[in-house]
Amino acid sequence: MRAWLPLFLRLCVLALLVAFLVSPQVFEPLLKPLTQNGAPAIYNQGSLLSLALQHLRTVAIATVAAIVVAVSLAILVTRPAGVEFLPLSRSLVNIGQTFPPVAVLALAVPAVGFGEKPTLIALFLYGLLPIFENALTGLTTTPANVVEAARGAGMTGWQRLLRVELPLSLPIILAGIRLSVVISLATATIGSTVAAKTLGEVIIAGLLSNNLAFVLQGGLIVAALAVLIYDALSALERMAARRMGQVSAE
Amino acid sequence: MIEIEHVTKRYGDVAVVDDVSMVIEPRTVTVIVGTSGSGKTTLLRMINRLVEPTSGTIRLDGVDNRTVPGPQLRRSIGYAIQGHGLFPHRTVAQNIATVPSLLGWDAGRIRARVDELLSLFQLDPAAFGARYPHELSGGQQQRVGVARALAAEPNVLLMDEPFGALDPIIRTKAQEDLLAIQRRFGTTIILVTHDMEEAVHLGDRIAVMDAGRLIQYAIPAEILARPANDFVETLVGASDRPFKLLSLGAVRDAVEPGEAEGAAIGDEATQRDALAELLWSGRAAMPVTDDEGRALGRVTVNGLVKRAARPA
Repeated sequence: MRAWLPLFLRLCVLALLVAFLVSPQVFEPLLKPLTQNGAPAIYNQGSLLSLALQHLRTVAIATVAAIVVAVSLAILVTRPAGVEFLPLSRSLVNIGQTFPPVAVLALAVPAVGFGEKPTLIALFLYGLLPIFENALTGLTTTPANVVEAARGAGMTGWQRLLRVELPLSLPIILAGIRLSVVISLATATIGSTVAAKTLGEVIIAGLLSNNLAFVLQGGLIVAALAVLIYDALSALERMAARRMGQVSAE
Repeated sequence: MIEIEHVTKRYGDVAVVDDVSMVIEPRTVTVIVGTSGSGKTTLLRMINRLVEPTSGTIRLDGVDNRTVPGPQLRRSIGYAIQGHGLFPHRTVAQNIATVPSLLGWDAGRIRARVDELLSLFQLDPAAFGARYPHELSGGQQQRVGVARALAAEPNVLLMDEPFGALDPIIRTKAQEDLLAIQRRFGTTIILVTHDMEEAVHLGDRIAVMDAGRLIQYAIPAEILARPANDFVETLVGASDRPFKLLSLGAVRDAVEPGEAEGAAIGDEATQRDALAELLWSGRAAMPVTDDEGRALGRVTVNGLVKRAARPA
């Protein structure tokens, strides 16, 4: 019974989320008390479902780009030929993380204009660090005797990377991706300040018109998405780790 | 045949392997013995070019090993290491199939070979093939490690302290298995260890290394009887070398005519086991039988003691 409870709760959250996105009107009575002066309780300047999908799309594009760049960079600096670039790449990626996303947006708008692009740039830069650091940890901590055995068996550098090092680092890299995705899901909301179509639009509209119901529904959808995606990626990680007989962090 | 000629490996100013020359005969077991830092592992790893020598040549069946690309060379030479180094994300069958699949064998041939090796190492293919390494005991992991090294039917097998992580009982069993497999396939085995006992037990020849140099390279009886210097003598262990010497001979070779009372010993047992049994049971002689139980004669304490003396 105990073991099923978390799964049951997650399914409930998922069902609620889908129901709210598909037919938000049903929930109107619940949110009505939060509004004042007869303001609408459900966001009425666009479909919540399409905003949520746009939000996910933006995060997905930025994350995939961050994965490709961060993992390639980590692979590069852990090969014998690339070791000298390790400190440089570390500081570059760290700069990406220290730059506040709002500042990136402000700087990116004059360069690429309003819309989705500046948000993608901000999310991409912000998402690099966790993936890069974890990929680096994974690739540098593969057990020495396993890598030695792979060399002794006659694997070339590429074969070692693809058949041994990357599969062994997979759980750690997945953990980095999970962190990155959750940060991006939250950060994407501020993309709406530069006219990106994300769930931030609902929150900002609520803040502008002093409508607590808008703020709450925008925030709750983002939160539910983050929790569900976090859980799904954690489960994936545990699967990958269990296969190797590693004890998961939980 | 493996010919090692004037091989030196330097890291900076330090010669880890210093001008070593030796010839390893095919289908024999050669054990390289030395303390930590003696260069024994480095010498082993230069044979399959995991380490490149600073100078000198290593020839395998007359072919300079530098004429073959490293990965290709290593696929033709078995390699087993301490702590087995199995790939934790691959099943036992996939681990054993590593080199055959690198060589591009077809799936049917790989499966047949994996099953053959698992059976050879007393692991049921149906039960163990699909398991992951962490689901096996230490002894089973070690056997899978050796099976993986032998998968592509190499003529030469390099082993770096393969039994180091095993408890004494499983180690003895693993050593017997290795000798049986060596006799079956006729593989040339070069094994590195710090344990002289293991070297005497397994080796057709023993190479003793110290501080990068090859001190003595000879058959076990020679090493025991005439250690080249004090270092070899210490390694052999002065207090029990007569017993090591006895452990080299089978009871069959020490049989004397006559009869004796009490439990018999098989003619396959070592003379050391026979002496131990005689001392423990307080007898002066015991009967010897062959593997079908026929009486062959007897062994005596006096006879064995004479054999334990330093050879002239």
